Amino acid sequence: MKALRKQLDKIKPQFRKGGKFEKLESTFDAFETFLFVPDKTTAHGSHIRDSIDMKRTMSIVVIALIPTLLFGIWNAGHQHFLSFGEVASFWDKFLFGLWKILPIIVVSYVVGLGIEFAFAQFRHHEVNEGFLVSGMLIPLVVPPDVPLWMVALATAFAVIIGKEVFGGTGMNILNPALTARAFLFFAYPAYMSGDKVWIAEKADAYSGATPLAEATAGIESGVVNFSHSFMDMFLGFIPGSIGETSTLAILVGALILVFTGVGSLRIIISVIFGGVFMGGLLNIIGVNAYMEVPFYYHLVMGGFAFGAVYMATDPVTASQTNTGKLIYGFLIGLMAVLIRVLNPAYPEGMMLAILLMNVFAPLIDHYVVEANIKRRLKRIKPIAA
Amino acid sequence: MSTEKTEREPMFSAKIKKLLIGPLNKDNPITVQVLGICSALAVTVKLEPAVVMSISVIAVTAIANLLISLLRNTIPPRIRIIVQLVVIASLVILVDQILKAYVYDVSKQLSVFVGLIITNCIIMGRLEAFAMANKPWPAFVDGIGNGLGYGVILIIVAFFRELLGSGTIWGLHVMPKAFYELGYVNNGLMILPPMALIVVGIIIWVQRSKNPDLQEEN
Repeated sequence: MKALRKQLDKIKPQFRKGGKFEKLESTFDAFETFLFVPDKTTAHGSHIRDSIDMKRTMSIVVIALIPTLLFGIWNAGHQHFLSFGEVASFWDKFLFGLWKILPIIVVSYVVGLGIEFAFAQFRHHEVNEGFLVSGMLIPLVVPPDVPLWMVALATAFAVIIGKEVFGGTGMNILNPALTARAFLFFAYPAYMSGDKVWIAEKADAYSGATPLAEATAGIESGVVNFSHSFMDMFLGFIPGSIGETSTLAILVGALILVFTGVGSLRIIISVIFGGVFMGGLLNIIGVNAYMEVPFYYHLVMGGFAFGAVYMATDPVTASQTNTGKLIYGFLIGLMAVLIRVLNPAYPEGMMLAILLMNVFAPLIDHYVVEANIKRRLKRIKPIAA
Repeated sequence: MSTEKTEREPMFSAKIKKLLIGPLNKDNPITVQVLGICSALAVTVKLEPAVVMSISVIAVTAIANLLISLLRNTIPPRIRIIVQLVVIASLVILVDQILKAYVYDVSKQLSVFVGLIITNCIIMGRLEAFAMANKPWPAFVDGIGNGLGYGVILIIVAFFRELLGSGTIWGLHVMPKAFYELGYVNNGLMILPPMALIVVGIIIWVQRSKNPDLQEEN
């Protein structure tokens, strides 16, 4: 550790003004602060500083994503061998999954960080580590069979149009990872929906439909036939996007996020509550087979849990006020189930629900703050009069 | 009038040239004034309708500007908007009929958007801001200039949307077959209206970073 510090200090002057690599200052800065806690102190006035900065926050989210990633890798292999009816060992499945999924992660990080560094150099900004999380989230929300160039294109779109246009990390209106997924969903629907894409190199005869697709099919046929049990869906032995299948692994991640205070428990709970509320309401109405699917299935199907834990809690795009968070989360859950059930064209309502509420988050905050001001003004008035 | 010595301006003075060239860049009706966006989003899926639409708008703005400029001293100010609308509406009906007669297929693709040229803010804006206060010739050139500025953006947007969304240009396949064999797929998002907005946004972005005097201070 000391040797590394020494080495960094030795080459540091070359990156400062007038040095040989002056132009790469923000790149150097990014690596230095990634490795060591920055030693910058405030010169004027006193500020309370938490030792946790953005890089550390982002690292915790990445750590919280590891359970879903590991499970996703294993499941990609598991589903592949299952579709052929072959029996494979744990390591066979894991290695196959790794072979399929590692390239997606590499492409996402290389493209995304490349663009981030380029923009930082060009604008003489600090490189922000927001992409550490987005770069991990993007592979987790795509199907394992997605072509790599699509991942690259979607990542570039998300980083440039979703983030840098607005001024970089912290300024974006929409969650970058979901922007990437929405881009793929609308640009290449054949590769993002249907029953062909959810299992990597699956056997042709095997049905690769996700539980969501099976439920949607129930609207036409009048009865929903799940080929997986509720427990399978909860544990994640189902086809789906890489990171979204196992609600259990997501719960582990949620524990890490909530315990470290990085993710908002308020949002997670209210999303779940919103989903349960809408699911329950539809159960009562129960006009078609999909509406009659018990409400708790919605929590384990598709990306509901993944979105609630990792996407809705994104501190940049979520509501900031406490009351706002409750409204924001509740509406995400409600919309997600509503879109799923009532609009068969969009089987995955979670993505659209979160993006929609991302747009509304500032408005919710505005009215929460206004309401607070009004309430407190009322308290003053009797004394003033 | 008789005492005023009328100095004849040359047909293509610097001022007139500026009226023609200005809207192509720094006074562009779409990217700088942000007018006429709705039709720009709607008709730019393919290049052909975009070009036809551009020509129609150029014709309507130029002729409407000319007519209103000729009438400008006789129009009572209180009813000027109505007079302008009557002129535009008659021109648009003419254009619509001509399109139906000669390029029926394109006219079908453009559907209501030809009729909606009446409400195109660029035309009303030029009539109010320029034709009501200028002589016929500059007004005519201004109309052509603004129509061109609108058309250029439309054609750029339509070019990229058709190329990336359908792999064609003017209906001809230009994307090499080899690309598709390698796994290339047309981008379905390009055909949807939101992408037109994003492409226009990117054009605005590029234009502003090249012209620092267009950037607002904040």
